Amino acid sequence: MARISLEHIRHAYSPRAKAAGDYALKEVHHDWEDGGAYALLGPSGCGKTTLLNIISGLLHPSDGRILFDGRDVTELSTEERNIAQVFQFPVVYDTMTVFDNLAFPLRNRKVPEAEVEKRVNEILEMTDLAGMAKRRAQRLTADQKQKISLGRGLVRANVNAILFDEPLTVIDPHMKWVLRSQLKRLHRQSRFTMVYVTHDQTEALTFADKVVVMHDGQIVQIGTPAELFERPSHTFVGYFIGSPGMNFMPASVEGVTARVGDQTIALANAPILRSDGKIELGIRPEFIKLGRDGMPVTINKVEDIGRQKIVRATFCGQPLSIVLAEDDDIPTDAKVSFDQHAIGIFSDSWRVENRSSRQGG
Amino acid sequence: MEKTWNNKAWFLVLPVLVLVAFSAVIPLMTVVNYSVQDTFGNNQFFWAGTDWFVEILTSPRFWDALWRNLIFSAVILAIEVPLGILIALNMPKHGPGVPVCLVLMALPLLIPWNVVGTIWQVFGRVDIGLLGYFLNSLGISYNYTQNTAHAWATVIVMDVWHWTSLVVLLCYAGLVSIPDAYYQAARIDGASRWSVFRHIQLPKMKRVLLIAVLLRFMDSFMIYTEPFVVTGGGPGNSTTFLSIDLVKMAIGQFDLGPAAAMSIIYFLIILLLSWVFYTVMTQSDAEQS
Repeated sequence: MARISLEHIRHAYSPRAKAAGDYALKEVHHDWEDGGAYALLGPSGCGKTTLLNIISGLLHPSDGRILFDGRDVTELSTEERNIAQVFQFPVVYDTMTVFDNLAFPLRNRKVPEAEVEKRVNEILEMTDLAGMAKRRAQRLTADQKQKISLGRGLVRANVNAILFDEPLTVIDPHMKWVLRSQLKRLHRQSRFTMVYVTHDQTEALTFADKVVVMHDGQIVQIGTPAELFERPSHTFVGYFIGSPGMNFMPASVEGVTARVGDQTIALANAPILRSDGKIELGIRPEFIKLGRDGMPVTINKVEDIGRQKIVRATFCGQPLSIVLAEDDDIPTDAKVSFDQHAIGIFSDSWRVENRSSRQGG
Repeated sequence: MEKTWNNKAWFLVLPVLVLVAFSAVIPLMTVVNYSVQDTFGNNQFFWAGTDWFVEILTSPRFWDALWRNLIFSAVILAIEVPLGILIALNMPKHGPGVPVCLVLMALPLLIPWNVVGTIWQVFGRVDIGLLGYFLNSLGISYNYTQNTAHAWATVIVMDVWHWTSLVVLLCYAGLVSIPDAYYQAARIDGASRWSVFRHIQLPKMKRVLLIAVLLRFMDSFMIYTEPFVVTGGGPGNSTTFLSIDLVKMAIGQFDLGPAAAMSIIYFLIILLLSWVFYTVMTQSDAEQS
């Protein structure tokens, strides 16, 4: 178990990278606390897997250093770093039985056979594969194979960290919940540092204590699920987290009021604007009220998704999503009002802090 | 749904039947016809029954050629398969080296067989050949036209040069189909180089390897052109393989009857061995699935 520090890591797949756009990973500088359960969340192609492979040593970063507990491991091989990693698609050794597959990482490290037996049986129990320990791995279904891959990642007792690269993609939804809660339990027992890559926000939010959101090769926000939801620090986090995502609309700000179109919206605090960049007002669909008072809005469509209703509307020429409880009525000639404390102001896509929050802490 | 019977469909397979008749059935039957008769020319035939078959199967000449051929096939398989795997494992998987290697590997396969023979025949000559002249100037009295061991070595090296590429290309095709994740997982699991070969690369190459072995066995068992051009079957009969012997008998000596009988025996041996290979292949497949 170790604290993993990434110091100014950058990576480009082409050796001749010059412009920032050539980098799959732009400057990542971040510490992963010892024993933390992290989720690395972002859309496909944002650099999640690259970052993971750099931590495990499968890739050598173009720039920067990696430290485990303060020791520089940048030049060390995957094996010397002592890291377990589970990949997106199942990797099984066809020639071996299920048991031998799980024992493989231990036997390669000359673990005594009695210990191998004990560890493998624990994993067989956990992944529900105990009945097929003696079977050849080749004849299994895709999700059984993936459970073997997962098991091989978990079987070693003294790893510095366990990295998961979208490990549950091929597992069916019911089994996903079971395995995810088992991983969570395992984390609580073992306190391994775990990094879990996913593009599924539900998976990220249920697994992790801290979610690291990546976008276009950079980390845009690190926070608890609640922080990501309530105070997204980048417009990308706003619309990637939450369903539907945050509403953003171009605005201009003066003191404690914001103007969107011809409407004036009161803010709780005055934001501190430093640049003349593009200003946007953001608000989550959950914090918008639909009633008889407020600002005019045109309702286009109401989607009933079971326990909630999603209202698609147009406000000052901008699309606006509103989430209502299942039994909320939508008045005719409805008006909208925004919850003052839920409004965020974004300048060039980044959240602008306001005076009170700066003074307060 | 009711089946509809339409005998007109037979007309659609007719062209292929005619083609197969002319290309395979009729020639084969002609050979069968020759094998049971004796002729002295002038289109006069005398019934010989199984005499020619008995003669061939009891002649030391046939058995010698058969053994020579089996040993030759075994030797070239023992060299070409491991060597082919070794080269395929060391070929680059990415980058500009890939097309260069592929073209280099394909080159020997693109050369007509008689030209391959001619190249080596000249290459090995003591007076003007680069190889022969060079070896002799080193003090090795190399001469493939007089020394049996030298003749064998020349024919084997030539076959290895000519056909190892085929094994390489087939193995390479098997290797590049292995996803990167397998190698990455092996590194994470701390697998040794040997384990990676034994548990990842070899299982994935198994099917193409069986095809490579089958093709190389069949081809080497029927080898004719290259040794014929280089050594002409000599010195003595030392490199006279089955097909060379067959041609000598049929065209050299004009013993059409024994030659026809030998063709049929030769054909049956190849059929039998193909069946053995096929059975081995399909059984190992059944074991896998």
